[in-house]
Amino acid sequence: MTRKRPQPKGAYADFMARAYAMELEAVERYAQFAEQLDSHNNRDVAEMFRKLSKVEALHAKRILEEMGWPSVPALPVAFAWETPEAPETAPFESLHYLMQPWHALEIALQCEVQAQRYFEEIAAGKAPKQVREAAAEMAEEEREHVKLIRDWMKKVPKPPADWDRDPDPPRMSE
Amino acid sequence: MNAPLQAAPLTAKEFKSDYKPVWCPGCGDYSVLAAVTKALANLALRPENVAVVSGIGCSSRIPAYTSCYGFHGVHGRSLPAATGLKVARPDLTVLVASGDGDGYSIGGNHFLHACRRNIDLTYIVMDNHVYGMTKGQPSPTTEPDWSSKLAPGGTGLREFHPLVIALASGANFIARAFSGDPNGTAALIEQAVRHPGFSFVEVLSPCVTFRPEQRAWKERARPAPVGPTDDPARAARRLMTDDGFNIGVLYQGKRAPYGVPVAAKHAAPESLAAGFALKEVGA
Repeated sequence: MTRKRPQPKGAYADFMARAYAMELEAVERYAQFAEQLDSHNNRDVAEMFRKLSKVEALHAKRILEEMGWPSVPALPVAFAWETPEAPETAPFESLHYLMQPWHALEIALQCEVQAQRYFEEIAAGKAPKQVREAAAEMAEEEREHVKLIRDWMKKVPKPPADWDRDPDPPRMSE
Repeated sequence: MNAPLQAAPLTAKEFKSDYKPVWCPGCGDYSVLAAVTKALANLALRPENVAVVSGIGCSSRIPAYTSCYGFHGVHGRSLPAATGLKVARPDLTVLVASGDGDGYSIGGNHFLHACRRNIDLTYIVMDNHVYGMTKGQPSPTTEPDWSSKLAPGGTGLREFHPLVIALASGANFIARAFSGDPNGTAALIEQAVRHPGFSFVEVLSPCVTFRPEQRAWKERARPAPVGPTDDPARAARRLMTDDGFNIGVLYQGKRAPYGVPVAAKHAAPESLAAGFALKEVGA
């Protein structure tokens, strides 16, 4: 017989649920971006977004494991993020049909920086000690991700200045 | 809005269909789709109790991307189809999706009368000030000086003011949303669905392909400085002086929604058939 692990409660569980929701939103958004670019035959960038989605999915899974949550925790219906969406969620309008893998990483970098700041603010705030400690740990992880993405960007060709020039633009010719 | 069934609430994802949207990457309509599905999930509705009706245009592709009942109808005629549906099936929650061309030009007359009739519909118009699907012609909400290959130097025509027109036509719930804030848009759609009667949500939804400068709307959109009013005169003043970027519920009246007259409810189908009976030639 397996013993049931006690479920974390209170501010700490709320914080972790929020962190989980944040990762999940990023997973979904990157997957949506991959689909969008697939449908516009921009396969390289689609692949990049798929990878990013998988990376975020690992983070989400780890939170579930750490918390002993067998599945998605009961999340409040809506979170009051200070940004329009969760700090790690890239805005829909950040895409361009001619974008290159470097741009996808640039978007991811911005999201990771925002996530890092978000956790840093909680870690430096007045939340209960357990929450502040968890936030500090997550901020540290996000800092590592920022570094990883910066390193990754060095290995990907930087787009030329006229990357968005389309020799056959989607406009009426006459 | 109709009472939801007592079943486990669905997630936003479960309101999405398996069809992948083909909008341009960066299009604001992706965000509107996310907001619609999020709102339906938050309202604890079921896809089988919701119908999404549309006309023609980029925005009107939305019904296919949801798991709800959908009707992708004729250009500009989403509101008449939705009106018929809601009157025949008042148990359904009916959302109507449109764009500035479909809704304000081809369907302009239907817009006026839908506002006047006050049938319990939620009308979501994705406004990008251009006909995107047909390659960038000026629409009723295009600025007079927007120059393009198809209208060099601009049309010189004054823009249509949908919110003011809606108020003057009797709309009872008028809101403006911005696709750059999907959660805020979802909250406004939720409020609109909950509001009894015709509710109109204009969503500023940039067309990044034909109007790339609309990416800057992000800097202009801001929450309306004051809350909604139920006074049409006050609302008219606000809407007339508004620069088009105040986001939120801008007018919320108390007019009762349209109800099917009792006599019509009790009319026997035979009497309706008799009314349509054709007379024989020469009779």
